[in-house]
Amino acid sequence: MDAFVLQILNGLDKGGSYALIALGLTLIFGTLGVVNFAHGALFMLGAFCAVTMKKLLTLSKQIKDESITFFDAFKEEPYLKIWFGETGEAIIDYAVPISILMAIPVMLLIGLALERGLIRFFYKRSHAEQILVTFGMAIVLQEIVKAVYGANPVPMPPPEILQGSADIGVWLGLGNAVIYPWWRLAYLGFAAILIGSVFAFLQFTTFGMVVRAGMADRDTVGLMGINIERRFTIVFALAAVVSGLAGVMYTPIVPPDYQMGMDFLVLSFVVVVVGGMGSLSGAVLAGFLLGILQSFASMNEVKEILPGIDQIVIFLVAVIILLVRPRGLMGRKGVMES
Amino acid sequence: MIKITPRNDMILLGGFILAVLTMPIWLTPIGAGYPDLLQRFAIYGIFAIGFNILFGLTGYLSFGHAAFLGVGSYTAVWSFKLLGMSVIPAVLFAVITSGLFAVLIGYISLRRSGIYFSILTLAFAQMSYNMAYSVLTPITNGETGLQLSQQDPRVIDSLFGVPVTEGIPATNLFGIEMSGYPGFYFCAIMLIISFYISMRIFRSPFGIMLKAVKSNSNRMSYTGLNMRPYTLTAFIISGMFAGLAGSLLAVTDPLAGAERMQWTASGEVVLMTILGGVGTLIGPVIGAGVIKYFENIFSAFNDSALHDIFSFLPDFLENAVVAVTGLFVGDGWHLTLGALFVIIVVFLPGGIIEGITRIYQRVTRKKQINSVTSTEAQPGE
Amino acid sequence: MGILEVRDVNKRFGGLKALDKVELDVEEGSVHAIIGPNGAGKSTFLNCLVGLLIPDSGAVTFNGKSLLGIKPHEINQAGVSRVFQTPEIFADLSLLDNVIIPTFAARDGAFSFNAWKRVDNDNEVHEKAEHMLEEIGLIEKKDIIAGSLSRGDKRRLELAMCLVQNPKLLLLDEPTAGMSRADTNNTIDLLKSIGGRGITKVIIEHDMHVVFSLADKVSVMAQGTVIAEGTPESIKGDPRVQEAYLGGAHL
Repeated sequence: MDAFVLQILNGLDKGGSYALIALGLTLIFGTLGVVNFAHGALFMLGAFCAVTMKKLLTLSKQIKDESITFFDAFKEEPYLKIWFGETGEAIIDYAVPISILMAIPVMLLIGLALERGLIRFFYKRSHAEQILVTFGMAIVLQEIVKAVYGANPVPMPPPEILQGSADIGVWLGLGNAVIYPWWRLAYLGFAAILIGSVFAFLQFTTFGMVVRAGMADRDTVGLMGINIERRFTIVFALAAVVSGLAGVMYTPIVPPDYQMGMDFLVLSFVVVVVGGMGSLSGAVLAGFLLGILQSFASMNEVKEILPGIDQIVIFLVAVIILLVRPRGLMGRKGVMES
Repeated sequence: MIKITPRNDMILLGGFILAVLTMPIWLTPIGAGYPDLLQRFAIYGIFAIGFNILFGLTGYLSFGHAAFLGVGSYTAVWSFKLLGMSVIPAVLFAVITSGLFAVLIGYISLRRSGIYFSILTLAFAQMSYNMAYSVLTPITNGETGLQLSQQDPRVIDSLFGVPVTEGIPATNLFGIEMSGYPGFYFCAIMLIISFYISMRIFRSPFGIMLKAVKSNSNRMSYTGLNMRPYTLTAFIISGMFAGLAGSLLAVTDPLAGAERMQWTASGEVVLMTILGGVGTLIGPVIGAGVIKYFENIFSAFNDSALHDIFSFLPDFLENAVVAVTGLFVGDGWHLTLGALFVIIVVFLPGGIIEGITRIYQRVTRKKQINSVTSTEAQPGE
Repeated sequence: MGILEVRDVNKRFGGLKALDKVELDVEEGSVHAIIGPNGAGKSTFLNCLVGLLIPDSGAVTFNGKSLLGIKPHEINQAGVSRVFQTPEIFADLSLLDNVIIPTFAARDGAFSFNAWKRVDNDNEVHEKAEHMLEEIGLIEKKDIIAGSLSRGDKRRLELAMCLVQNPKLLLLDEPTAGMSRADTNNTIDLLKSIGGRGITKVIIEHDMHVVFSLADKVSVMAQGTVIAEGTPESIKGDPRVQEAYLGGAHL
């Protein structure tokens, strides 16, 4: 039982990332009709917003190390600490959550630039060409990051207060076998809030209503004299922000490197397909389901019976779904079924 | 445009054979006239030709073709290990195995079209890649990659009493070692054969049916044609070409690693094909050559080489130029590749061949206009 | 006994009954027109014949063989060709290739792996295709890309693609929609001239001029069912038909 709960929990944080990226992917596909292979790169860029923020916050000055007295030693001391003392240190400690403040405008700008500068020329072109151009863009983005930040993963610790693990098992009365890192719990909460906000935005604002109408029937909305182009731009930027924020918050779980986006992209596409192309709730549902499934597949008991299943389970599910129920779990009939 | 006639095709083929076989001569002035690189030109040319039979003719965009390349390489290395160092069984088995692999993947993936097909092939390739690193380690030797060793059985070789040498023996064709120029010429002949097969397919009734798939699959079924076996056959043929290319990689350098199956490798062959010209006969070969050439040139550069090149500039300018160009060379070659990808798709979706055609048309049109104006001018004189 | 027999065909889309107990007999060699107001179910009916839609119940027999549940290409191989309302052609291939493809399909069947012979060495197919283009009046344009044709020419090309297969039954979905009077008359002549080949035709048409120039028999559909059937003359005077057409203004 506790192993069961633990696997579900383990699956949820990965699932949260899948869900957030897939949400953006399907939002872009549903409204703009564009297959965006650069979406994983946006996730990665978000993660590197956090890296940048950390670098900025820890900009340091060489000062004399007073603790060493028998020769002149120097150490790096962040300006923040020099100026604000303990408050400064606390700010550095919270680098990851603080990065969100930076990631929102940065990702918004990146999204705007990408859409205006590239994607909009591809609305009328074939899916194959969309795939190709965004694939190229993804390579460009990740190589730029590699050139600036290097190829090695950058460790990003969570705030001290969220380090360590929560005794979830004790809360649930399952004994003390189920422990779960605090940060992952925070990540889950964050993912839930982000998903909730996107849905609320689409549900309760006029803008969201038009977007949903556009996903249901693009041609008609275009005929209603609504400025589709501008909305496309906003939707794209919004999706970029969502992926970016997921990337920011994911950094303490797996240290970011320039390639992380590609790994997530392939899986997120599978998630979109399983959930149903153009279905927002399908993307979220499938994201979590596949995350959990993957986590179960990596249990030792399962791997003993089916070795290597953890590596391929998601793809296997995708293949089966595409063959048996091409429109996906929650896709509408007739949408991209062929 | 140049008309497609059997005679013109023969001229094209003749020109192609001549160009390929003389590559060591005419590529030397641009610094590409050495066997290692020439082998790669030929091998990736084959890969792209095969990919083009699927993508160029039927329009089905596979994002998992590198899997077949990998299967070909692994099979060839196993053939070297178990059977012997002759390249003939290696190539043969590689083509057959990748063909069988393509039957399996194609049969499932081709039940869908459009982006679903792309995602399915991508999923299969990723599965193969992941499995090569995990469950299939006994076959693939995981991260280390599959290598030859002194203790390999090499049944056929020992049967024929091939003397056991010290160290690992080299791959050979009837005793000719497949490294250096002999290796290149072997690959070149395979490239020529592949090109010829591709040309036959392009001009055949089968080829025209594949074009029909791309053009209008609806009309195709209402015309009484069953699309599925056509696309599946194209998929298998193109998988076999990829397997052949993979086996040649092993022939020229007998080891195989899973990174050959990574999806970036699949992306690369897509790029080669569109860079040269999707659906054209010769385009993919040119695309493969251009990419491998620039990969070679660009990756070799480093900052000091750049400083040498730009040393004529004033110092501050030199540093700036080197800093910017430095991003695109050496390890940054992939950045160039990505940028090239975007630029080609945006500005020249028909690839190099289309570019040449456009220039050709512009030139001939100018000539026509000139001749028209000159004849008009005459009566006035 | 007709070459095409339709018995009690029903098709629902959700709550909407698109086809309601449709019955139809088409005699071999005849031209059978189906007319009726918009939304009467004519196109749905045609789609059921070529395998694009599968009826919920009923029977469609062609030449003694059931057409239900078999794939579009099998229906074509059985001898049924269709001209669509918006021409379905191979837009990025040449006119000649457009006609060559169905010629091959008729000769070599639904699949043949003929990857070694050159198309331009196959004289039989070439001659047949070029002859067809000549007959339809498009031979001068044979090397042009089909997508660049005018709408009228595209329709003619599609017709040629169907005719070159020597179908037993030709289904035409509003072959003159959106054509000028002159083009319409050309098409009528064309369809008449191919009438002598023993090709049975089922034609959906709005233009009564076309119907009365071509049809041997007319079925009138309204609200998913056949409400009247007979010679063009008898249909003209039928009060039920006039009612279906809003007081008969159309006639």
